[in-house]
Amino acid sequence: MDQLLNDFSPGLFFMQAIILLILIVLMRKFAWKPILESLQTREDGIKNALDSAEKARLEMQNLQADNKKLLNEARAEREAMLKEAREMKDKMIEAAKTEAETQANSIIEQAHAAIESEKKAAIAELKSHVAGLSIEIAEKVLREELSDNSKQQKLVDSLIGEATLN
Amino acid sequence: MCTFAQNFRERNFISLENMMVATKSIKFIAILVLMMTSVFAFANEGEHDNQHHEGGNKIDTPEEIKEYIAHHLKDSHDFHLYTNNETGTHVSFPLPVIVWTSEGLRTFMSSEFHHDDNGHVIVEKDGVKLTKIHSKIYELEAGADEVVFDDHHHAENAHKVLDFSITKSVFGMLLAGLLMILGFGALAKGYKKGAIPTGFGRALEPLVIYVRDEIARPNIGEKKYRKFMSFLLTVFFFIWILNLLGLTPLGFNVTGQIAVTVCLAIFTVVIYLFSGSKDFWGHTLWMPGVPYILRPILAVIELIGFVLIKPFSLLVRLFANMTAGHFVVMSLIALVITMKEAFGPVASTGVSLALALFISVIEILVAFLQAFIFTMLSSLFIGMAVEEHDHH
Amino acid sequence: MYNLIGAGLIVIGAGLGLGKIGGSAMEAIARQPEAAGKIQTAMIIIGALLEGLAFGALILGK
Repeated sequence: MDQLLNDFSPGLFFMQAIILLILIVLMRKFAWKPILESLQTREDGIKNALDSAEKARLEMQNLQADNKKLLNEARAEREAMLKEAREMKDKMIEAAKTEAETQANSIIEQAHAAIESEKKAAIAELKSHVAGLSIEIAEKVLREELSDNSKQQKLVDSLIGEATLN
Repeated sequence: MCTFAQNFRERNFISLENMMVATKSIKFIAILVLMMTSVFAFANEGEHDNQHHEGGNKIDTPEEIKEYIAHHLKDSHDFHLYTNNETGTHVSFPLPVIVWTSEGLRTFMSSEFHHDDNGHVIVEKDGVKLTKIHSKIYELEAGADEVVFDDHHHAENAHKVLDFSITKSVFGMLLAGLLMILGFGALAKGYKKGAIPTGFGRALEPLVIYVRDEIARPNIGEKKYRKFMSFLLTVFFFIWILNLLGLTPLGFNVTGQIAVTVCLAIFTVVIYLFSGSKDFWGHTLWMPGVPYILRPILAVIELIGFVLIKPFSLLVRLFANMTAGHFVVMSLIALVITMKEAFGPVASTGVSLALALFISVIEILVAFLQAFIFTMLSSLFIGMAVEEHDHH
Repeated sequence: MYNLIGAGLIVIGAGLGLGKIGGSAMEAIARQPEAAGKIQTAMIIIGALLEGLAFGALILGK
């Protein structure tokens, strides 16, 4: 310890303090400040670059997701449209079918009605025809039958005979 | 350490081209230093050729080795390169001596002491007599012409002066500071050209990031670490470079000077005491959750801990590690001499070389580790001081 | 003489402490290899504190 105290040189201590102080100030001004600042800016730059790359990646991902969504939407829309069209087609066919059916039915009905009325008319005509014919025939027959008196007598007799029966 | 190495490897790919740029600048600095050294050295040699002819002070005995190592571990006033034992010439270059004496400021070159370290050479400057004893400069009392020593080899008629000299340690600090300003200034300038550093900056940048992300951020906290980055970075690289300089043959022992480590520790203490949050002072001085009787005792203990023990452990750790490292390396090198008698020159040189190499490799690790630990503990203490607790 | 014995005692104590820290750290790393970095840092800090204590004692005793 005594040896150490003896070796301690206040002058050297003073010189060292001055030199170190000046050195710190000089180095701070000319070296450490610019060095640390440029290191910092460089690190910030790298960090920013990485961040922006990450951001770009995320954006890309978003874009891709958007694209996918759009695609899905389009596909769904197409599907819906197709479905609608199919449905419409079916409906139209159905409608056409029913209309055709009803029309056919009505035509058939009309035809039926026409046939019926024609038939009726024909029957009526036939009836009247038959009646006329029958009257004519009856007239002719009567004329024939009643051409002579005997025959007329005979008829009157028969008729009277019948009448008495009642 | 392992994570550090990994980080280093991951972040750092030095291309061939950049390596070349780096080596070029290193070469340039090396050449500059060498040129300066040789100019000073020759000048010095010419001046004092005739001073030390009392025969070479060859180092042979364990006592001399011990003394040599102790001398090396101290700060010195000139930059000693080698001694020519044939002629007794010291090849070194002098550094300026700046002392505050009783008569005022005196400046001269350390060459005026003629490498004397025992108080024999007395330099007279405007009525002040100065001499150097064991790497310390003493001022002789008025009227004295010669230093008188007592039984313990303490000078009786001289006292120490305030010594602001550019000693070897101060020179080392200036060199480290210059290297830092050049290296990191270039790195900072490089960012103006582009976001990615080129050249030697590629090796420095991961170190800065390491200090920020592994030392400051986790210990101080994400919000407040910025304010202390200048101090932590400066101290980390300052200590590391000085530790590494200590491993070169130039023989700096800056971080092994107690004054230097005291100064570093005091900086840390001042910083964390002045940036202490309200919570920190509350917890230190009036610890909640303990009986009232204990609180003043705890406050004293905590205060002593923060003001004395923590900085003391900081400064002693760095000082002792570096001193011990230099001591061990030099002792192992000295094995060449101590073992020569017993094992012959070849074996002793081989053993000494192998052991010194091994310890030097460990010392490289320690050089980093001590810088790391100093910065780490500083940021830990700062983190303790600025922390804000959630009150429950 | 006595301070040499004291230094020896300090070194024994510090050695025991460092051994305990290192051993526990190794165990912890073996148990949770993914936390190796954090454990190493903590280990170095505690080792440094212990070292500071030991050096402090050595220097005060010298």
